[in-house]
Amino acid sequence: MKDTINFLLAGVGGQGTILAADVLVNVGMAAGYQAKQAEVHGMSQRGGSVTSFVRWGKIVYSPLVGAGEVDVYLAFEKAEALRNLNQLRAGALAVINLQAIEPITVTSGGQSYPDDDRLRAKIAEVTDKAVYVDGECIAGELGNSRAANVVLLGALSALIEAAGLARPELTPEAWLKVIEGRVPAKYVELNRKAFQAGRETV
Amino acid sequence: MIRLLSGNEAVARGAWEAGVAVASAYPGTPSTEILEEFARFPNVYAEWATNEKVAVDVAVGAAYMGRRALATMKHVGLNVAADSFMYASMTGIEAGLVIVTADDPAMHSSQNEQDNRMFAKFGRVPCLEPSDSQEAKDLTIAAFELSERFDTPVLLRLTTRVCHSTSAVELGESANQRISKSANDESANVRMAVGQSAICNLQSTIRTFPRNPAKYVMVPSNAVKRHPVIEVRIRAVAEFAETYPFNRIEPGDRGLGIITAGVAYQYAKEVFSNAAVLKLGMTWPLPEKLIRNFAASVDRLIVIEELDPFIEEAVKLMGIPCEGKSIFSLIGEFDPRVVRESAIKAGLLPAALHVTLPAVDVGPLPGRPPVLCAGCPHRGAFYILNKLKVPVNGDIGCYTLGLIPPLSAIHSCGCMGAGIAVAHGAVKAGSSERHVAVIGDSTFFHTGLPALANVVYNQSNVVTIIMDNRVTGMTGHQENPGTGHTLMGKTAPRIELEPLVRALGVKHVKTVPAFHVDEIEKTLKEYLKLDEPAVLITEEPCALLPEARKRWVPLVVLADKCNGCTLCFRIGCPAILKSDELDEKTQRPKALIDASLCTGCEVCAQVCPRDAISFRPAA
Repeated sequence: MKDTINFLLAGVGGQGTILAADVLVNVGMAAGYQAKQAEVHGMSQRGGSVTSFVRWGKIVYSPLVGAGEVDVYLAFEKAEALRNLNQLRAGALAVINLQAIEPITVTSGGQSYPDDDRLRAKIAEVTDKAVYVDGECIAGELGNSRAANVVLLGALSALIEAAGLARPELTPEAWLKVIEGRVPAKYVELNRKAFQAGRETV
Repeated sequence: MIRLLSGNEAVARGAWEAGVAVASAYPGTPSTEILEEFARFPNVYAEWATNEKVAVDVAVGAAYMGRRALATMKHVGLNVAADSFMYASMTGIEAGLVIVTADDPAMHSSQNEQDNRMFAKFGRVPCLEPSDSQEAKDLTIAAFELSERFDTPVLLRLTTRVCHSTSAVELGESANQRISKSANDESANVRMAVGQSAICNLQSTIRTFPRNPAKYVMVPSNAVKRHPVIEVRIRAVAEFAETYPFNRIEPGDRGLGIITAGVAYQYAKEVFSNAAVLKLGMTWPLPEKLIRNFAASVDRLIVIEELDPFIEEAVKLMGIPCEGKSIFSLIGEFDPRVVRESAIKAGLLPAALHVTLPAVDVGPLPGRPPVLCAGCPHRGAFYILNKLKVPVNGDIGCYTLGLIPPLSAIHSCGCMGAGIAVAHGAVKAGSSERHVAVIGDSTFFHTGLPALANVVYNQSNVVTIIMDNRVTGMTGHQENPGTGHTLMGKTAPRIELEPLVRALGVKHVKTVPAFHVDEIEKTLKEYLKLDEPAVLITEEPCALLPEARKRWVPLVVLADKCNGCTLCFRIGCPAILKSDELDEKTQRPKALIDASLCTGCEVCAQVCPRDAISFRPAA
């Protein structure tokens, strides 16, 4: 169990990273931690890179996490997963969503998108505790690919649990309670399934 | 009750708890959510003003009437509002007036990273700086009390990381709730209930404007009498600051003393767990005796503050040796790593604390710049501007993204409302080219109007394009005088751009649907032949507005007609992808449309020379 846990969420505007960060910070508080979250709005809403930090701890001062001190990494998109890789502590836990969102520099420019071999090789240089999840595919099979972020949170919850990183109060039900408070009633069942399916990927 | 709130939500909550009656703002990252949140509380009035100066004047008017009032803006907004800020300091107020500035160290969404604490010193106005959401709420309430105690506006200075970070806040009740509970009390008791202040609630009985010209009419003969008043006032606040509970010493190891404020306090506490800390909740004026005593109690004194050496210079002027910007950068924002590594370099911390980065070479990664969205109504005009190769003097808004390749159609952009007058100046300086100024609807109302009046009055041939997308887009869809709605959801008269522009005396004005590429090109070419001011209004609601979303119809590429000419890639639409299929002759990839992104704006279909992109089915 760690006193302070530093999370980094990285993705692309519109992927649900902000909702996921909101869930994380509230789950932390529900588990009795001091919890803080920080993100940048603004230009990032127009299809740019988005990052959010969440911190849980006995006492949390800074809302930001310094490079090299990320304990848990949740990457929603493959190129973004690589872009923020050097922020991680060696051996950090990581959930990597296998989604590619090609930026305009690739789709109509001359730049190329990194392939999966490079993704896995580079991540392996930093940590052997990464799990790869196809969140959109799993959520899509459950009926709505937009629940991908909850699939990823499910995976994250199981990974933290398996590593013994967090307090025992952090049961799957504690996560679900926070998630369910944030989705419309008609999507509660979908999100429960998505969370469970995510847990099973670990 | 404890809830997680962002700093912006906490300021809104604090304003409501303080009984603010009137709040006015112009949207600007990272400040926008304050007014959006505040407007949701009962029994308040909140509005989007046309610009920050107007917002401050509105708040001043309310504060003169004896109602607590709030004006919020991003840091550069205070430049626009500076004139009003300065006279408000001279006159003082009847009830609390708080001006919120949200500074943006690291320029996440701004053109500069100016440190607005300078305005506090400049204007002889107290400055409060919260370091988390709880303090954002507490200091907002404290700011109103301070404002009324000293008859002064108060500057509440936030930074991006305070505005947009979330932490726990203990919620209180509203001053108005407290008052209504004691509804039968005499007004004197009401005043007691809400603090030191004059009347500051909606139930106040005063409904007439104060007749006190010596205080509120700043003609020179009155102003010369007010200037000494505000100099005495700021000295009195400095004395008050000596025992202000938000200025506190946190005892520690006497080897190192740290003076800090704002979010930098959090980094200081994170990195220096044992140091003695003087945490300043009020960063102007500074408590000299408190600082002197603190300095005397430690061996080495440092100041940890983001941006300018504001506290550091003041401490040095007191004759107290300290270090600050020789250790910690005045550029960009801090985080625990920046503070720690700077401290290690300066010998304040042992090198063993250095955190090694993974330093993995991840290889080349494609850039992901913010771009105009698929279906953005600004795209067609920028495509034509790029094609015409004219110099374009741009402005601040989503349409600043016309800068990004492949559109690459903006050649200057400095601040809100600048483009039209910059174009005019370039023309007057003898530019051999024809200049086009591009501005959005909200920005035109903000500061574009006087610049266009100047073009007409001083007669240059600037061609202005007003890109009217019926919303303030970049900050996340706020209402403005052209939308027909207010912040509080009421319908409002819609100020029509074309008659407004004609009334300024512009003879050549045309409104063109923003997706009609040919008509934009034809009109621009026609205007560029004239030697007079002309205004083209491109009109189409933002594609992300709920009503516009209902009209989305994805288009398709007819692969047998597409020969991979790449012309459609030049409109820079994120919905147009390179297909895996190559054209047999040219061996270039054919175009492919991402149906999940395409809105059916048809700009690409109009640009395609081979009719290889479908139009929308006829309605």
